[in-house]
Amino acid sequence: MSLALYQPEVSVCFGRQMGINMKRKKQLNNNMNGWLYLLPALLFLGVFMVYPLIDVFVYSFEEGYHSASQTYFGTGLYNYSYVLHDPYFLQALKNTFLLVMITVPLSTVIAIAISVGLNSIRALRDLFQTVYFLPYVTNTLAVGLVFMILFQKTPYSDGFINLMIRFFGGTSVDFIEGPYWAKMFVLCFYTIWVVMPFKILILTSALASVNRDYYKAARVDGTSRWRIFIKITLPMISPMISYLVITGFIGAFKAYSDVVALFGTNLNAAGMNTIVGYVYDMLYGDSGGYPSYASAAAILLFIIVLTITCINLLSSRKHVHY
Amino acid sequence: MNLQSKQTARSYAQIEKGTLMKNQVLRSVTYFFLGLWALIVLFPFYWMVLTSVKSYGAYNSEYIPRFFTLSPTLENYKEAFTAVPLGKYLLNTTLFTLCTTALMLVVVTLAAFAFARLQFMGKQIAFVGFLSLMMIPNELVIITNFVTITNLDMRNTFQGLILPSVMSVFYIYLLKENFEQIPDSLYRAAKVDGTSDFKYLIKVMIPISKPTLVTITILKVIECWNSYVWPRLITDDQACFLVSNGIQEIRENGFGRENVPAMMAAVVVISVPLIILFLAFRRKIMDGVSRGGTKG
Amino acid sequence: MKIVLQNLTKKFPGRGRKKREEVVAVKDFTFEIPDGTLVGLLGPSGCGKSTVLNLISGLEQPTEGKIFFGEDDVTDLPAEHRGIGLVFQNYALYPHLNVKQNITFPLENLKGNDKLTKAQMNERAYEAARLVQIEDLMERKPGELSGGQQQRVAIARALVKNPSVLLLDEPLSNLDARLRLQTREEIRRIQRETKITTIFVTHDQEEAMSISDLIIVMKDGVVQQIGRPQDVYDNPANLFVAKFLGTPPINVFHGRLLDGQLCIGEEAVLSVRELQAPSFGDVSSSAGNASGAGNSEVLSDAARQDVYVGIRPEGFIVQEDGPFSCTLKGVEVMGRDISVLSYNNASLNPTVRSIIGAQYHVDAGSGAVRFALNPRKVLLFAKDTETRIK
Repeated sequence: MSLALYQPEVSVCFGRQMGINMKRKKQLNNNMNGWLYLLPALLFLGVFMVYPLIDVFVYSFEEGYHSASQTYFGTGLYNYSYVLHDPYFLQALKNTFLLVMITVPLSTVIAIAISVGLNSIRALRDLFQTVYFLPYVTNTLAVGLVFMILFQKTPYSDGFINLMIRFFGGTSVDFIEGPYWAKMFVLCFYTIWVVMPFKILILTSALASVNRDYYKAARVDGTSRWRIFIKITLPMISPMISYLVITGFIGAFKAYSDVVALFGTNLNAAGMNTIVGYVYDMLYGDSGGYPSYASAAAILLFIIVLTITCINLLSSRKHVHY
Repeated sequence: MNLQSKQTARSYAQIEKGTLMKNQVLRSVTYFFLGLWALIVLFPFYWMVLTSVKSYGAYNSEYIPRFFTLSPTLENYKEAFTAVPLGKYLLNTTLFTLCTTALMLVVVTLAAFAFARLQFMGKQIAFVGFLSLMMIPNELVIITNFVTITNLDMRNTFQGLILPSVMSVFYIYLLKENFEQIPDSLYRAAKVDGTSDFKYLIKVMIPISKPTLVTITILKVIECWNSYVWPRLITDDQACFLVSNGIQEIRENGFGRENVPAMMAAVVVISVPLIILFLAFRRKIMDGVSRGGTKG
Repeated sequence: MKIVLQNLTKKFPGRGRKKREEVVAVKDFTFEIPDGTLVGLLGPSGCGKSTVLNLISGLEQPTEGKIFFGEDDVTDLPAEHRGIGLVFQNYALYPHLNVKQNITFPLENLKGNDKLTKAQMNERAYEAARLVQIEDLMERKPGELSGGQQQRVAIARALVKNPSVLLLDEPLSNLDARLRLQTREEIRRIQRETKITTIFVTHDQEEAMSISDLIIVMKDGVVQQIGRPQDVYDNPANLFVAKFLGTPPINVFHGRLLDGQLCIGEEAVLSVRELQAPSFGDVSSSAGNASGAGNSEVLSDAARQDVYVGIRPEGFIVQEDGPFSCTLKGVEVMGRDISVLSYNNASLNPTVRSIIGAQYHVDAGSGAVRFALNPRKVLLFAKDTETRIK
C-alpha cells in the first residue's frame, strides 16, 4: 500500500500532497464500505448469537432468577448443582447417552454397507439414491407421527409392527407407551432412519471419488473383495467416516424433535426426555419459567459435546490414514 | 513361477465358472439388501398415504391393519382442512419460509461479497469471528433469544418467528468460497469501466454464482419448512402455528377424537410440497447437502 | 511367455439416453507377441491402446476373439488368475501404505500352497526394490516420493509376484522430460534383466521407438502395422504410420507417377527405377498380416497414378542443380545439423522441413533452395487408400 501511496498522481508539485489526501480518503471510504456490506450480518449475529452467548453464561450463574419478576438472589454454581441433582435431568442424560451410543455406530456401519452396495451396482442406482435421500426432505414431526402409528398398540389395533411380530411368533408390545427398552428401540430406529440419508449421500460421493485404478491394481493382484474393502476402501474414505462420526455424535446429542414426534411434548412423563428436551422444558411450557436452570443445562450439554468432539478428533487423528 | 503353465485347461474352466457364480450370488445379495432398505424408507410413506385414504370407520374397525383399501376416500383431507386450520398452518409456513429465505439471501450475499471482494480494515478478524460462530450450537443461544423476543413483546408475531431464524454463518462461508473463484480480472475490468461495487455484485457476481445461490435457497427452504423448536417456543396461538407445530397440535388435541386417517391426511399434505421440491431439484439438493450442509 | 491375440474385438455400448451407438474400441486384433520381448503399443490418444491393455490384463472382457498366454486360452479367466503385473499411468500406489507395504500387498493375497511367510515376503520385496533401486525408500509413504520414485515403486509392486507378463499404461507420461529419458532406459534394463514379456502403451512415438523390440501402431482401434521400430520407420505400411513416426514429421506432397518419373508439381524429382532400387539392407518386414504392409507391388515404368509423396526430413540433399525447388522460408541452426524451412505449392503441410548436415551452407537470404532427394527416404502412398505403394 505504501508504494501506491507515493505514486505521483499529478505532475504539479503540490499534486503529490493532494494525491496522498485523496488516497487516505479513499482508504477510509473503503473501510466504511466494507463494514457497511457486513452490517446486516453483524446486526443479526450480534443480537441473536453473540449477545445470547454471553447472556447464557450470565443466566447460568444467577441464582433463583425468575423470568416473571426478573429478579435473582445471588450468583454462584447453585443452578448447575440443581440441574445435576434433578432426576429428570439424570434421566435425560441417560436417555441421550444411550441414544448416542446406539445410533451413531449403528447408523455409520449400515450407511457404509449401503453405500458400498450402492457403489457396486449400475442398474437402479439412481433410483435407490433418490429413495434413500427422501427422509432428509421430510418433516421430522410428520413422519414421526407415522412411525408412532406403525409402532403403537391401542385397544382398537395392535398396529403394523406388532402384526409383523405376531406373524413371526412373538408377543406384541406397545412401543410408544410400553416398556423402556421398547421405547428406546423405536427412538433409535427412527433416529437412524432420519440420519441415514445424509450419511449415505456423503459416503457414496466419497466412494465415487476413490480412483478406480486402485481397485484395478488390487484386482490384478488377486486381492479378495473383503481385503480390498478393509485395506483399500476403508482407509480411502476414512476422513469422511470420521467426519460423519463427529457430526453424528454432535447431532445425536442434540436429539429432540424426533423424540417429540414419537412420544409427544410431555417427555418427562414418558421418561424419554433428552438433554435438549430438558432445556426447553425448563424454559417454557407447564414446567417452564426457569431460564437459569435451562442455561445451566445447555452449558452442560455444550461441555459434553465439546469433550466428546475433542476425543473424537484426537482418536481420528490416530486412525485416519492420511 | 508361471502359474499358467502348471494349470490345465480344466482348472481354468473351474475358476471361470466359480468367479461367475460368486459374482452372481454377491450381486443378488447386494440387490436384496439395497431393496430392503428402500422398502424400510418407503414404507412409512406408503402407510401414511394408505391410511389417509381409509375412511374413519374402516380404519377403526381394522384390528389387524390392512395393506390396501378397496374404497379410497378423500373425506379425511376435507376433514383435515376444516376441523383444524391446516390451510392457515400452510400459509403461515409459506410466508415464514419465503420471508426468512429472502432476508437470509440478502444478508448472506452482502456479507459474502464483503469478505470475498472488498478490502477493509479488520476483515480477517471479522472473518475468523464469523467462522468461530459456526461452532456455536443453537441450543445455547435459543434461551436468551426466547427471553429477548418475549421481552420485546414479539411472541406470536411473524417478526418474532423470522428474525432469529435468518442467519446462517455456514452459507456466508459457502458463498464466499464461491465468490472467490470468480477471477480478479473481472473485477478489475469492471472497475476500469467505472462500475460501482454494488453494481458489480448485482450484475456480475450474483449471475455467475447462481447455482450456489439456488442451492443455498433450497437448503434454507427445507430448513424453514421443517423448523419446529423455535416456533414451538415462540408461538402458543394457533393462528401463528407453522406446520410442525400444527402437526404436534393435531396429534395432542387433534380432531376431538383419535382420528388417525385425518391426521395422516394432514401429514401427507405438509410432506408433499417438499417432496415435490426435492424431485424437481434432486441433483441440486443432493450436491448442496453433500457440500457440507447438515440438517437443521 | 508368448501372448497371442486372435480376432480380438471390444465394443462399448453407446452412452447417453438417445444415441445408443456402439463404440468399437478394438477391432479384430490378431497378432503374436514372442516370449521375452518389450513391445510398445503406440497410437494417438483415444485409439484404443489402453483397452487392449485392459483386455490382456483381464480387467475387461472382449466382445469377440480369444487371448492366449503361451498355449493356454485365458480369454475368460479373471484378472487375478492371469499372473500379470500392471503399472498404471498415475501409479495407483495406496497412499495410506508405505513403500514396503505397497510392494508386499500383492504377496499377501496369495493363498493355499503359494502362501508366503513374513520373511519370504520381505525378501521378495527387497529383491524387487533392489531391481528398481529403491531399497532406501522402503519406509516412506508414496506422498513423500518424487514422481520418478513413485514410478519405480509401482514397477516393483508389479514385479514382486514374478508375473509372466508385465503391462505398463503410459508409464512415462507423468514424468518430466529429463526423468522420462532416464526412466525409459530403466524400464529397458529391468526388462532385459527379468526377461518378462512386457507391453507398454504410449502415445509418444519417440518413447516407443527408443526402447521397444517391437512396436504396434494403432489407429481408431485397428492395428496399422507391427514390426521392429527401424523397419516400421523405414517401411511404413501407410500414410498414417509414416506421419505418426519420426520427429520432425515426414513431409507430404501431392505427386504423380508419369512416364517412369515421379513428379512433384511440375518437377520430375526421381525416376521410378531409382525408387525401386533395393535399399536398406534386409527388408524382411515382420509386419505380419497387418493391412498394407508387404503388398507393395512392383511399379512398372508405364504406371500413371496420382500419389502422396512422403519425404523424411533427412531425405533432402541441398544441391544447386537439384531437381526439386522450394521457396526458402528460413534456416534454423541446431549445431549438429541445420533445419531448412521452405515452402512448396504441392506440399500438404504449410512448411517443408528438411534436416541437412551442418557442413552444407544455405543462404537464408537467397529466397530459393534446390534439393536432390535420397530415394530411400522417399515413400509413395496411394491417393485413395493411403496405403504404401512403394
